[in-house]
Amino acid sequence: MALRQCAIYGKGGIGKSTTTQNLVAGLAEAGKKVMIVGCDPKADSTRLILHAKAQNSIMEMAANAGSVEDLELEDVLKVGYRDIKCVESGGPEPGVGCAGRGVITAINFLEEEGAYEADLDFVFYDVLGDVVCGGFAMPIRENKAQEIYIVCSGEMMAMYAANNIAKGIVKYANSGSVRLAGLICNSRNTAREDELIMELARQLGTQMIHFVPRDNVVQRAEIRRMTVIEYDPKAKQAQEYRDLAHKIINNKNFVIPTPITMDALEALLMDFGLMDEEDESIIGKSAVAEATA
Amino acid sequence: MANLTREETLDLIQEVLEVYPEKAKKDRAKHLAVNDQSIEQSKKCITSNRKSLPGVMTVRGCAYAGSKGVVWGPIKDMIHISHGPVGCGQYSRAGRRNYYVGMTGVNTFGTMNFTSDFQEKDIVFGGDKKLAKLIDEIEGLFPLNKGITVQSECPIGLIGDDIEAVSKKKAKELDKPIVPVRCEGFRGVSQSLGHHIACDSIRDWVIGNRDGDDSFQTTPYDVAVIGDYNIGGDAWASRILLEEMGLRVVAQWAGDGTLAEIELTPKVKLNLIHCYRSMNYISRHMEEKYGIPWMEYNFFGPTKIAESLRKIAACFDETIQAGAERVIAKYEAQYAAVIAKYRPRLEGKRVMLYVGGLRPRHVIGAYEDLGMEVVGTGYEFAHNDDYDRTIKDMSDSTLLYDDVTGYEFEEFVKRIKPDLIGSGIKEKYIFQKMGIPFRQMHSWDYSGPYHGYDGFAIFARDMDMTINNPCWAKLHAPWLADQAAQSEQPALKRASA
Repeated sequence: MALRQCAIYGKGGIGKSTTTQNLVAGLAEAGKKVMIVGCDPKADSTRLILHAKAQNSIMEMAANAGSVEDLELEDVLKVGYRDIKCVESGGPEPGVGCAGRGVITAINFLEEEGAYEADLDFVFYDVLGDVVCGGFAMPIRENKAQEIYIVCSGEMMAMYAANNIAKGIVKYANSGSVRLAGLICNSRNTAREDELIMELARQLGTQMIHFVPRDNVVQRAEIRRMTVIEYDPKAKQAQEYRDLAHKIINNKNFVIPTPITMDALEALLMDFGLMDEEDESIIGKSAVAEATA
Repeated sequence: MANLTREETLDLIQEVLEVYPEKAKKDRAKHLAVNDQSIEQSKKCITSNRKSLPGVMTVRGCAYAGSKGVVWGPIKDMIHISHGPVGCGQYSRAGRRNYYVGMTGVNTFGTMNFTSDFQEKDIVFGGDKKLAKLIDEIEGLFPLNKGITVQSECPIGLIGDDIEAVSKKKAKELDKPIVPVRCEGFRGVSQSLGHHIACDSIRDWVIGNRDGDDSFQTTPYDVAVIGDYNIGGDAWASRILLEEMGLRVVAQWAGDGTLAEIELTPKVKLNLIHCYRSMNYISRHMEEKYGIPWMEYNFFGPTKIAESLRKIAACFDETIQAGAERVIAKYEAQYAAVIAKYRPRLEGKRVMLYVGGLRPRHVIGAYEDLGMEVVGTGYEFAHNDDYDRTIKDMSDSTLLYDDVTGYEFEEFVKRIKPDLIGSGIKEKYIFQKMGIPFRQMHSWDYSGPYHGYDGFAIFARDMDMTINNPCWAKLHAPWLADQAAQSEQPALKRASA
């Protein structure tokens, strides 16, 4: 089986890293050989697999060694639960430097060192919140990830971010082979959430590949720096992640997305009662002005 | 050959524009004009200080070049850090020929390159810690430096490094001015914005350092020379004239200049501006804040020198006015001899110029003193106030070209067939290979000074030895001799004349 490279995007805090590691555990359980590439300066994309606080990142080690050329693959590649390979690009502390350049440097390093040539079935890129600059688009450029999964929920800003990410994919899809492979709904228990995300997926031209229900076992496992599949393989939630993993293995639904307009998105939110009809008469009016009106 | 008429010059511009695509043609047309002395404001005939078109060959520099290379670089007792990757500083090191006196590496640092030599990790993790370390190392290795400037290269602006915070902290620790300069190369359309940014940083971090300190003994005759970069010793040749007429030159900006001189400039009575383009900003600031008047002057060629000396003297009392007359009289025999020797050899020769800040207009007088005529001129990075000042100095129907492209310049030269071109290193070899005598007018072709009476003698000699050099008659291969005899190459016409 040829190597499949997937990237996980989504609004900050939506649960990208948690979802990625849990579903990767599911893939590993199914006998797949997987590598996770964390593309976030916080370097916390692999801790549930490695049972570690935070992994030594490529950029951090390169800075200590002098330059990235002074590193060997073994220095940065760690192996965790069921032989899942883990690397973190790493980057600066908040407010200094250029985290995007860190992602570019780290991914180039992995390619040059032959990290992808090993006997791998899947690579998962776990990318920070938003595609704020070229560096964070690195995983979806030519010859990198071909499948993009967007983690979202039935909240307005999560859907707004998903639509924006779809816009970014269109840009690179037209010049390369990157495709949107589906929305993963990481439930927040909002009303009619599954229907809403299915409708958003339909409008974006893709599918809701799986609805991951909310379950406190995820947090219990996380406190132990473990995935649910490892912590409690019999839990119902473990089966959800297995299902997601199998859906991804069998996924053939790769599309160039059709991002929707702001108006269409708002209309969708209004249909589902997440947003009220806009009242032009109140726009720009302060509380005092409204009281005296 | 005879000069072109107004109509012929207009036709020439149209013909040259013809090869461009529609949009480029429309844009470039605004930057090319035929001089008309009756026009009061240049904006009626020419556009300047606009972004160059992609695809053309422009010789413009960047904001970093304007700050590090022009304004700050020559301040000799400060260390100027090229903050970012190594190339910007290293490839521009010592290239501008700003002469200075001092022990390089001990108390002066003009021709040295200091850089933070950014690596990938500095981009990713930020360069602020490295900058702090570099400043400490400089202080340890070169303790006689009077201050430090941080000249930002492009990546500093891209990654948002807080060089201001580092500068403030280190300035306090070392008790020396440390000046952060946001002159990232991608800012603005040319080096011109770099001049402005550099002047603003002098305004914000240096110029007020001695406010309220009256310990400096002033005289009624204190002046500052602003915008003379001492190329090949220009400022020295200028300074002696001012001193001989009785003025005291308190500060030289920036050629052979020092931090102390900059700090003392607000104490002078008059600021004298040679390069208006690069330093009018700081002169205007000192006028606003300290009420110091400023005036432009021109020390190229005896006519303009005498005119300028008298204009400067008029700002002072009779002693200085008498001093100006004395200086002019003193040098009269010297410059008359220069004219007597070289004018017969240069009379009627036609010159095209394309230079930077002030020379496209300032050197016209020097050529005219030698009987030569400037038939085309243009600026790399001028604004319209420069062209306002140029229109009156150029004859009617001569050609003006702003941010000229490689193609346009070559085509103009082919048609106008000047006897001499004065421009920069990037143009030099192209025109020499076309058989046209050429002088570099940025670096004085490793000669100089050209300012002042002393400089005029060197200027005249250099123009003569270039134009009348026998090599121009030897440019054709012997096996092409027949062809060459029939050709109308200007070089051959000159040789047979």
